[in-house]
Amino acid sequence: MNEQILGLITGVLFGVLLQQGRVLRFEKQVGALLFRDMTIFKFMLSAIIVGMVGIHALAAVGLVEYSVKGTHVAANLLGGLFFGGGWALMGYCPGTSLGAIGEGRWHAIWAVLGMLLGAALFAEVYPALKASVLSWGSLGKVTLHGALGVSPWLVILALIAGYIAFFVFLEKKGV
Amino acid sequence: MSKGPRSWRPYIAGALVGVLATASVFVSGRMLGKPKYLGASTTFVRAAGMIEQTAAPEHVAQNEYYQSKKVRIDWQFMLVIGVLIGAFGASMVDGSFAVEGSPPIWRDRFGGRISVRAVGAVLGGVVAMFGARLAGGCPSGHGMSGLMQLSVSGFLSLAGFFVGGVVVANLVYRGGRKDA
Repeated sequence: MNEQILGLITGVLFGVLLQQGRVLRFEKQVGALLFRDMTIFKFMLSAIIVGMVGIHALAAVGLVEYSVKGTHVAANLLGGLFFGGGWALMGYCPGTSLGAIGEGRWHAIWAVLGMLLGAALFAEVYPALKASVLSWGSLGKVTLHGALGVSPWLVILALIAGYIAFFVFLEKKGV
Repeated sequence: MSKGPRSWRPYIAGALVGVLATASVFVSGRMLGKPKYLGASTTFVRAAGMIEQTAAPEHVAQNEYYQSKKVRIDWQFMLVIGVLIGAFGASMVDGSFAVEGSPPIWRDRFGGRISVRAVGAVLGGVVAMFGARLAGGCPSGHGMSGLMQLSVSGFLSLAGFFVGGVVVANLVYRGGRKDA
């Protein structure tokens, strides 16, 4: 099976789960940013708990490899803030925008157009950014457990406890 | 409600995405020789490059960023197309498919004019994608795949996503209906 067919099958399954989790909607995305409806937090953190355990368990027995993105402190934080601001306005992230069109929210096409323009703009200014912001605070491919010098399982257990406590809090608040 | 979650739906669908992400890393590692983690924003770079290529192929060929990301239809490009197909299929099957011209929270604040929504969403899209590429990923690549691997870049970027998002959402939509 080739790369494209594998990607398509994975994407269809991802799309079904995003849609069934009801996280594709503008109301869910912006609702979370307004602390009115925390569905996307429940969805994302549930995926992260299972994936975190699954990937580390398979990696421990040599069945999968990691693909950790390099840390660039300034670019991660600054780019993250820009992304967040734009996300609040358009109400979608890159993955959910196409899914939203799939479930009939055709207005997400405007967000897709904007994101294509943003990508083209970034490609034009990349050389200048590479020499500046992107080089500030470059730490390489660091992980939390690597930085702390502890077993990943210690960090995973602590995070799972924190995420579940957060779920309990959200359900108590009824959001 | 005080007893139990109002709905298990996001937890169950989310947990299954965790299973899918793990299975995907395993299967792609075996079949393609390189693990594929869920992500979406690089696809917008490749798609933008393909569109530009139709007008100015030499410009794209000389652009350092396009060359580093390789303008082609790859695994992630097909993943993003698959999300659209999967969402369409699932929403048709359970009847949640609904044609909508502008989102309710937006309409409560800015009215139902399509042009106003288009300007807001295009502007938001430009800023968001510029930010995602600067940060090196989106809520899928940095958020989910990054946090699954405990990568520091994922935690930093996700913190930025939410701080930026909460600030702008509260500035923009305050004054809209609170019970939306």
